[in-house]
Amino acid sequence: MSIAATTENKPAAPAIETIKIKVDGKEIAVPKTMPDPISGKPIPTTMIQACALATIDVPHYCYHPKLPVAGNCRMCLVEFGTPAMGPDRKPVMNPDGTPKIAKSPRPAIACATPVSPGMEIYTTTPAVKQMREGVLEFLLINHPLDCPICDQAGECKLQEYSVDYGQATSRFVEEKVHKPKRVDLGPRIVLDDERCILCTRCIRFSKDIVGDDALGIVNRGSYNTLSAYPGKAFDNNYTLNTVDICPVGALTSKDFRFKMRVWFLKETKSVCTSCATGCSIVIGSREEKIYRYEPRENDAVNSTWMCDYGRLNYKWINREDRLTDVKIGQAQTTWSNVLKQIADKLAKAQSGSVAIVASARQTTEELFLLAKLAKKFNAITDSIPRTGEGDKLLLSTDRNPNSNGAKLTGIASAQMGANLPKIAEGIRNGSIKTLIVFGEDMTKHGIGADLLGKLDNLIVSDILPNKTTEAATYLLPGCAHAEKRGSFVNGKGRVQRFLKAIEPRGEARPEWEFLHELVHNVTGQNGYATIEGLFNQMAKEIPAFNGVTWAALGDTGVTIQI
Amino acid sequence: MPEEFRLILKYADQPGYTPDMECYLRHGGYEALKKALAIQPKTLPDGKTMSGPEQIREDVKVSGLRGRGGAGFSCGLKWSFVDRKSGKPIYLICNADESEPGTFKDRQILHKDPHQMIEGMIISCFANDVKLAYIYIRGEFPEGARILNRALKEAREKNFLGKNILGSGYDLEIHVHRGAGAYICGEETGLIESLEGKRAYPRIKPPYFPAILGLYMCPTIVNNVETLCHVKHVVMMGGAEYAKIGTPNNTGTRIVSVSGQVKKPGYYEVEVGKATMGQLINDFAGGLFEGRKLKAVIPGGSSAKVFKAGEKFKLKKKGPDGKDIEHEVDMLDLPYDFDSLMAAGSMSGSGAIIVMDDSTDIVEALANLSEFYAHESCGQCTPCREGSLWMSKTLHRMTHGQGRKQDADYLLKIADNIPGGRTICAFGEACSWPVQSFVGKFKDEFIAKGEADEAKGEADEAKRAAASSGAGPTAELKIAASPNH
Repeated sequence: MSIAATTENKPAAPAIETIKIKVDGKEIAVPKTMPDPISGKPIPTTMIQACALATIDVPHYCYHPKLPVAGNCRMCLVEFGTPAMGPDRKPVMNPDGTPKIAKSPRPAIACATPVSPGMEIYTTTPAVKQMREGVLEFLLINHPLDCPICDQAGECKLQEYSVDYGQATSRFVEEKVHKPKRVDLGPRIVLDDERCILCTRCIRFSKDIVGDDALGIVNRGSYNTLSAYPGKAFDNNYTLNTVDICPVGALTSKDFRFKMRVWFLKETKSVCTSCATGCSIVIGSREEKIYRYEPRENDAVNSTWMCDYGRLNYKWINREDRLTDVKIGQAQTTWSNVLKQIADKLAKAQSGSVAIVASARQTTEELFLLAKLAKKFNAITDSIPRTGEGDKLLLSTDRNPNSNGAKLTGIASAQMGANLPKIAEGIRNGSIKTLIVFGEDMTKHGIGADLLGKLDNLIVSDILPNKTTEAATYLLPGCAHAEKRGSFVNGKGRVQRFLKAIEPRGEARPEWEFLHELVHNVTGQNGYATIEGLFNQMAKEIPAFNGVTWAALGDTGVTIQI
Repeated sequence: MPEEFRLILKYADQPGYTPDMECYLRHGGYEALKKALAIQPKTLPDGKTMSGPEQIREDVKVSGLRGRGGAGFSCGLKWSFVDRKSGKPIYLICNADESEPGTFKDRQILHKDPHQMIEGMIISCFANDVKLAYIYIRGEFPEGARILNRALKEAREKNFLGKNILGSGYDLEIHVHRGAGAYICGEETGLIESLEGKRAYPRIKPPYFPAILGLYMCPTIVNNVETLCHVKHVVMMGGAEYAKIGTPNNTGTRIVSVSGQVKKPGYYEVEVGKATMGQLINDFAGGLFEGRKLKAVIPGGSSAKVFKAGEKFKLKKKGPDGKDIEHEVDMLDLPYDFDSLMAAGSMSGSGAIIVMDDSTDIVEALANLSEFYAHESCGQCTPCREGSLWMSKTLHRMTHGQGRKQDADYLLKIADNIPGGRTICAFGEACSWPVQSFVGKFKDEFIAKGEADEAKGEADEAKRAAASSGAGPTAELKIAASPNH
C-alpha cells in the first residue's frame, strides 16, 4: 500500500489557518485562532500570543495565558501598523512592491488586540519603551517599595521590569496612598493591599477558574482596594494559586511567608502525590528541607494550577520521626545484611505462602519490581484504596497517586483491596507465612497486630513509623517521592516522571534500588541499576506502556491507554 | 448676531408647557412615531426593497446627525456598525448619565420634555429592530427618573410602547435604570457594565465594541439624550431637510451650556456652527462682569482642552475655487461646531462652555478640575488610576503653599503618560487634557506660584535658622495633606 493511500484512509486533520505578520521586522506565520483559556473555543490570536510565538517578550502584569483577558495594566502596549488600503479598498504598494504599512497613531494592548494579515507589531520603538517606563513609574509611586521584607522579592514582576524600564531615582514627592496591611483574606492567604497593583488576576482566577466569586475591588481610583466579599473568607481549595499568579507581593501564603528567600530555593520538577490527578509541581527546597510546592504548567494534567490540599501536603517529609534505620527486629543492621537475610528467607518460602501489600503511593517502577517478586513466589498481592471527596477542577476522588500503576503492574486488580480479606484469612489459617508490606499500615486495613504476630516474616518498608513498622521482622526505611526518581500513572493514564529534590534521611534508600537488588538476589534475573533502564524495561514488558522510554516522558509525561 | 434656534427646546420653556402626555400631544407629540411606523417598504432601482426601519437609518445618515454626548461621532455610522446577523437581540440604551462638569442640557429635556426623548428613542429602537431598551439615568437625578417613569407609563397607556405599538406589529419595552453615582458610568461600556449590575469598569475595545458585544454580550446602541431627540426631528422633517440646519458636516442644533463668570449663564440652543464662541459668551450669555477681562475658556465640558484669551488658530477654509485657504482665527471667533474646535486642538465635547475671567487663579481652577478627575477615575487601568491622583496631589500641594518651580514640568510629564490610547477609555484623556492645556498655556503662572512658595519657604527657613542661632533643622519639603477623596 502506498503512503498516500494510508493517509487518505485517515480522517483529514483540520487545516490550521495561519496568517503572516511581522514582529519587530521578523516575519512569522501564526494561527488565525487560538483556544479561549476558559471555553476552549477558537478565538482570534492576539498580538501577545503572536509575539510569544515569535519568541519576543512583551512585558505584562495583568495578562495570564490561562485567564480571561483584562487589559488593565497597560504594560503590554505596543505600536503596530496594518497594510494601507487605497480608496479602492486595495492594498497600497511601496515602490519596491511591498505593501505599504499604515502605522496606527495609537498604541494597542498586545494582550487583547487580534492580529490581522500583514500586520506589523513594533515592540522596541522609543514610544513603546517610554510607555512601559510610564506604566512602571505609575505602578511604583504608591507601592511601598518594601522589597527587603517582601516574600515576592526575587520573583516579582515589578522588580523584574524595573531592571529594564525603571528609573534610578523617584521624582514622586507626594504622600503615598495608604491601604490595609496584613489583611487576613482566608485560612491560607494574607493580603497587603499597598503592594497590590490591581491587575485582577486573583479575581479572575477565583471567579472564572474556580467558580468562587469571592474577590473583588472596593473603593475607587487610586484608592481601589482588593477585598474578599465582606464577611466571607477566601477559603476555597485553590486559594494558594492566587499567590502564584499575583505578579507582586500582595497575596502571600501563610504557610510560606517569611520562611525562606526564594532565590535560595532549589527547584525540582516533580508530581503531586495527594490524588490521582498528579499535578505537575515544582518542589522548592534548600539544604535538604522542603519549603513549598508550586504547580508547574502541564496542559495534559493541571494547566498551571493545583489545589491547596495537595500543595500543603509536604510537611510529613520534613518530620523528625522519619524511619532512618535498617532493622532486623529491634536491632540496627546494614542493607547488605538485611537484603541477604530476606533473600535467604524468601528462597525457602513455599509457593503461595507469601503475600504482598504494596501502596498505590509507590512508583510504578517499585510496583513493577514487587510484581516480579510476587510472580516468583506465586504471591497474592493487593494495594489499599484511598478515596475522598473530589471536585470538578483537579481534585480526584482517588487519593492514591498511582492506582493505575498498581493495576498495570498487576499488584492490584480492578477492584483494589479485594484481596485484603483473603490475605487476612491466609494469615489466620496459617497458609500465608510471609507478608511484605510497602508503605501501608496494615493494622488500619483489616490485618491487626494479632494477625501480624502470627507471621513468620513481616518484611516492611515505610517512611514514617506506625503499628505495622513496629511489628516488622525486617524494617527497610524508604524514601518520599521528593527523595528519589520514579514515575506515576495518573487517573487518566498520564505517565509522569518526577525527579529527586532532596537526599533521603539517614540510612533510607529509594525503594526501587533495594528492590532491584532483592529481585536480583531472589530470582537471579539481571536488574537495572538505573531508573532509566528500569523504566524502559518495564515499558517493554507491560503492554500498556507500549515501549515508551523514560527520556520520552519529558517534563509533562505521556498518555497511555489504560 | 445669530438668534437662538429652538428645535429640541422649542416648547420646554414656554409658560404652561408641562411634561405630561396630554401637553405633548397638544404640541404635535408622537406624530413622528406614527410617521415612522407608517413608512412603507421602498423598491430600489436595483430591485432590492428597503424596509421602513432601513429607510429611517438611511435618513439619519443623510441628516449628518452627530452624537451630542461628547465625541460627536456620526449617529448614522454608529447605527451601521450594529451586528444585525448575530441572531442575538439588539439593545438600545439612552445615556442620560449627564455628569460632565459644566454640562446641564440633557436634564432640561428630561425634566421638561421627557416625551420628546422617549419618542425619539422609540423611533430609534424601531429603526434598529430593538425590542428592549434602557434609559440609564444619573443617580443624582431622582426627579428625572420619576418624570421618565411617569412618561413611560403614559406612553404604554397610549400604546406608544408595549406590544403591537399602534397596530404596527412592533413591540418595545423601555426601562429606566438609575445609576449609582459615578462619572465613569457615563462612559458607554462602563455604563453597560453598570447596567449589568457590575462595577462600572469600562470594557476593552477590542473586543467589546458595544455594536457587537455590548449589553449582555449582545449588539447594543448607546445614544445621548439630545441625540435621540434629534432623531425624532430627522424623521419628522426628513434627513435632507434636517441637514440644512446648521453648517455642513455639523448639522442640526445644539444646546450649549454656558457657565462661569458671565452675566447670564444658561443653556442656549443654536444652529451648530452658526454662532461663534465669542457670540455665545458675550451675546447669548451676556458677557463678562464689569471691569473683568477674559482669561480662559473651556469650550466643551471640563475635560476639553482650555483656550487662553487671545489665542489664535490657523484654520483651513474652502475658498471659492474649492481650494483650502489658511486663515488665522481668534479663539472667540471660532465657530462653535464639532470640526472647528477640533481643528483648534480642543473639542465641543458635551457642548459646555466654562468661562474664566481675570479674577481666576488658574492653578486653583486646575486643582479643582483635577480633584474631580482623581475622585472619579474608576481605577481600572494603571495610567489613569495613578496619574489622576498624582496630578491632583501635586496641584493640592501647589494650592497649599508647597509649590515648587519645577512643578509645571513635573505635572506635564505626569499628564503626558496618560492619554493617547494608553488607557482603556477616554477618561485618560479627560483627566490629562486639562493639565496639559492649563499648564501648557499658563505655564508662567504655575512657575510663578512655585517660585513664590519656594521663596517664602526659604525666608521662613532663614528666620527659623536665625532664631535657633544657626543650628536649626535642615530644610525639608513638607507635603500638604492630601486632598480627601
